[in-house]
Amino acid sequence: MKTAILALRALVFAMALAVIGHTAPVFAQQAPNPTAQSVNEQQLLDALRVGGVLDGRITIPNETAKVLIQPRGKDWRDFHQTTLWTIGGVSILGMLGLLVVFFLVRGKIRIESGFSGRTVTRFGGVERFVHWLTAGCFIILALSGLNLTFGKAFVAPVLGESAFALLAGWGKFAHNYLSFPFMFGLVMMFVIWVKDNIPGKLDLEWLKAGGGILKKGQHPPAPRFNAGQKGIFWIVILGGAAMSVSGWHLLFPFGAGSTVSDQQFWANVHAVVAMVFIAVMLAHAYIGSVGMEGAYDAMGSGEVDENWAREHHSLWLAQEEKRAAMAPPLSVPAE
Amino acid sequence: MARMKFLCDADRCIECNACVTACKNEHDVPWGINRRRVVTINDGKPGERSVSMACMHCTDAPCAAVCPVNCFYTTADAVVLHSKDLCIGCGYCFYACPFGAPQYPRVGNFGSRGKMDKCTYCAGGPDADLTMAEYTKYGSNRLAEGKLPLCAEMCSTKALLAGDGAIIAEIYKERVTRRGYGSGAWGWKTAYQETIAL
Repeated sequence: MKTAILALRALVFAMALAVIGHTAPVFAQQAPNPTAQSVNEQQLLDALRVGGVLDGRITIPNETAKVLIQPRGKDWRDFHQTTLWTIGGVSILGMLGLLVVFFLVRGKIRIESGFSGRTVTRFGGVERFVHWLTAGCFIILALSGLNLTFGKAFVAPVLGESAFALLAGWGKFAHNYLSFPFMFGLVMMFVIWVKDNIPGKLDLEWLKAGGGILKKGQHPPAPRFNAGQKGIFWIVILGGAAMSVSGWHLLFPFGAGSTVSDQQFWANVHAVVAMVFIAVMLAHAYIGSVGMEGAYDAMGSGEVDENWAREHHSLWLAQEEKRAAMAPPLSVPAE
Repeated sequence: MARMKFLCDADRCIECNACVTACKNEHDVPWGINRRRVVTINDGKPGERSVSMACMHCTDAPCAAVCPVNCFYTTADAVVLHSKDLCIGCGYCFYACPFGAPQYPRVGNFGSRGKMDKCTYCAGGPDADLTMAEYTKYGSNRLAEGKLPLCAEMCSTKALLAGDGAIIAEIYKERVTRRGYGSGAWGWKTAYQETIAL
C-alpha cells in the first residue's frame, strides 16, 4: 500500500513537472488523504481504559493542563451527588436513629450504687486540653465539611444564596486552618493514650458481657479504657490519619506529579471517611454526656465519682487506690 | 435564542497558541491561568493533531451540579457562567469538569484557592453588562457588544469556531465533506451528548 502511494506520488510529481511545471501545487492537493493516520476523537475515547484520560503535550507551563478530556469527571460527579449522599445519610441519620432507640430502650445508664461523693482524678489538665482541642476542631471541621455536601440543599434555602456563600466561604477558611490543630491533637492523643489502648484478653470478656452498658447490673472488669473506648481511640487515630493524609492532598493540590484522578480519589476518601467518622463520634458524644450518668465529669472536671469508676473501670480504680496508698502523704502536718 | 458552542477543527489547528494569548490579553486573566489552551495529541507521531480547548459550556454542566454554593448559571445563549461573589474556591468543579476548564489563582496560605476563573465565552458574568465590576472579575463582555468570542474570531486558520451550534456544525460538516476527512468535533459528545454526524 505504502509503496503504491509513493509510486503514485512520484508519478504525479513527474507529470506535474513535465507537463505543467509551475502549477504543480494543484496536483499536490489531490495527494493521498492526509488524515489517514490522524488521531480521531471517537477512536481515542473508545480506546480509553476505565479511569483513563485523553492527554497530549502542552507548551504552557501548567502540566495539569495537558489533559484534554477526563471522562472520569462524570464518575466523580455521580459519586459526589448520589453515592456520597447515600453514605452520609445512612451513616449519620442511621447512627442518630440507633442512639434514639438505644436511649428509649436502655435509658440513661445510672451509677447503680449512686454517687459516693468521693472523687478520683481520671484525666489531668493536659489530657483534657488535648481532648477538647481535638474535639472542638472536629466539630467545626465536621460542620463545615457537611455544609459543603449537604448545605446547598438544607442551609442555602434558609439563608439565601449570598449569606450561604459567605458562610460556606468562612467554613472553608475554618476547615483549612483548623485542620492543623486537629492534626496536632491527634498526634498528642496518640502519644498520651496509646499505652492504655493496646487490645488485650480482657477486652474480649468485656465485649462478651455486653460491655456493661447493654444489661443492667452487669459490670465486667475493665482497666483504664474498656474495649469500647479502645475502639473509639483506634477509630479516631486511624480515621484521623486517613482524614489527615487525604486532607493534606486537598490542601496542597497537584503536588509531586499528582493528577486530577488522584485529586478525585483523595476527595472521595476524605468525604467517605468523614461521614463514618462523624457517625461514630456522635455515639461517642452520646455515651460521654446524656447517655451515662457521671461520664461527662471525666472530661469535664477530670474528677469522676468513685462509684462510677468502680462500676465501669474497676481494675483502673484498684490501681489508682493502690498508688494513692503507696504515695507519701501530700502535706506534712503542722507542728 | 442560539445555542452557543465551540468547535475546534483539529485538522486546521496549527498550534500557534494565539487563541490562548488573545484570551489572556482580552480578559486580563489572573497570573498563572489560561482560560484556553492547546493540547497536541500524539505529538511527533504521524497523524498528530492539536486541539484548542476551553470551557465547552456543557449541556447539564457537571461544574454546576457539584458546586456547593450553586454559583453557576446558564444564560439564554446556553453559556455557562459563574458568580465570583458566591464562589468559595473549593475545587470541586475542577474535579468534575471533563475539560479541566476551572482554574484557581493562588492566593493566601497553603494551596488555598482563590475564586475560580474559567472561560466565559466572552460573555462576562452576573454583574451588569459592560461595567468595570464585570470586567475586573470576568473580563470583557463581547457578546453584549454583539461580537463572538475573540479566540475564535482571530483564529488564523479558522480552526476554532464559535457561534450557534447548528451553524458551526454545518460549517464543519461542509468542510469535512469537501476535503474528505475530519478527526471529529472534539469534546462535543462529552459536553453536549451529541456529535456531528459526518
